Amino acid sequence: MLGINDNFPEYALPGVKKVHFEPYADNGGSIVAIAGDDFAVIGADTRLSTGFSIYTREQKKLFKLSDQTVLGATGCWCDTLTLTRLLQARMQMYEHEHNKAMTTPAVAQMLSTMLYYKRFFPYYVSNILAGIDSEGKGCVYSYDPIGHCERSTYRAGGSAGAQLQPLLDNQIGLKNMQNVTEAPLPKEKALALLKDVFISAAERDIYTGDSIYILIITANGIQEEKFELRKD
Amino acid sequence: MAFMGHTLSPAPLWHNGPTPGAFYNFPANSSNLGPASRPLQDFRAHSASPITTTTSVVAVKFDKGCVIAADTLGSYGSLARFRDCPRVMKVNDLIMLGSGGDYADFQYLKDIIEQKIIDEQCLGDGLNLKPRSLHCWLTRVLYNKRSKMDPLWNNYVVAGIQDGEPFLGAVDKLGTAYEDAAIATGLGAYMATPLIRDVTEKGPLDEESAKALVRKCMEVLFYRDARSFPRYQIGVVTAAGVKIDEPVDLKHDWSLAHMIKMK
Repeated sequence: MLGINDNFPEYALPGVKKVHFEPYADNGGSIVAIAGDDFAVIGADTRLSTGFSIYTREQKKLFKLSDQTVLGATGCWCDTLTLTRLLQARMQMYEHEHNKAMTTPAVAQMLSTMLYYKRFFPYYVSNILAGIDSEGKGCVYSYDPIGHCERSTYRAGGSAGAQLQPLLDNQIGLKNMQNVTEAPLPKEKALALLKDVFISAAERDIYTGDSIYILIITANGIQEEKFELRKD
Repeated sequence: MAFMGHTLSPAPLWHNGPTPGAFYNFPANSSNLGPASRPLQDFRAHSASPITTTTSVVAVKFDKGCVIAADTLGSYGSLARFRDCPRVMKVNDLIMLGSGGDYADFQYLKDIIEQKIIDEQCLGDGLNLKPRSLHCWLTRVLYNKRSKMDPLWNNYVVAGIQDGEPFLGAVDKLGTAYEDAAIATGLGAYMATPLIRDVTEKGPLDEESAKALVRKCMEVLFYRDARSFPRYQIGVVTAAGVKIDEPVDLKHDWSLAHMIKMK
């Protein structure tokens, strides 16, 4: 796809600026998800930005896919919108076909397939799926943009993912510590930790801030919470 | 199903030769060798870069509706080429649309939207398009075009009344969509949004103060944005309908200009 300058050099003018089209944008945002024995919490900041400007301070990046599954998605916002819309449509088709809602592991597998389907023009989205699995346990699935999928108990993703993950590794995974005993993580501690790591992220990452939108998934349904972050 | 693949679709008749209707690069031609060998021009992509461009759109929500403002200049690079390019349009009684970016792309989509509204009126079921639906539709149109690498080079601002409540949303050339109480595109994103957010964060505005705020933004943008123009349009949408004013001239005074020295 070349312009006039390349195909018809005799028509080229000096100093004419050629704008190139870039189909992807980085709209920032971070997600953290933590799973416990019978719950999962997932939080995402509400800042939508591009470069040095903020589009909006109140963009929810968590998508309730069913009453036991929530998807958090950040990255290229136009891809996020398309992917989540397609995902919701396919979950509805599943429900009509099988007369039951999709389980979290089933959604997790489908998301991986949908991402890989676009292997050579990927959805530039960092996805984290949280929910309750078919045995009632909390679960977290994380993805790369082309569909690699991994189940874990805690995960940070998005623009500040690389800064937050080591903190979670230490505080939840109890990594690099001596004389520690593993104990089940209570919901209150998971929530407090989630807020703490976001406060740290907002200090260092310009694409994370404004507030966090948190969803707490248990067998009884999904609870919402909002927590303010710094707005500069 | 791979074993029956070749029975479903016949093999192509023609290999390794010139593709009909395309330029052919001879294999031995030295200019085609190496990583610099150039791809064929894709004639379907008509707007890989914008030509006649328009600048910022400024929009703000107030208690009973929304205001949109945009100047009427169509620039041809740095040349102020066309002085009467209105780009705030009425879609129906409850929706208004503003556009920045390539003016031809806006005119193309404007015609499609106008036809959509006519088709809807012909149905005669009394139902009208709502702003959130138009916003969502624009998202899909722009996203599909960007996925074909043939974007509509525009930023759109949709303002309207959705079920009695004011609605204000933006979509860019990629299909990136969001809603907010204050939206400014182009250079306005850097210069007008901070001005508007300072005011809207203190509480809801009324119509007159929203219009005054937008006028102030247009003035600031005229002084600082080299692709702007002193003539601009303001449109207001409330439950009473859409009202887009004729272009007005902003009063500008450059008597202070000699005091500003750039070093």
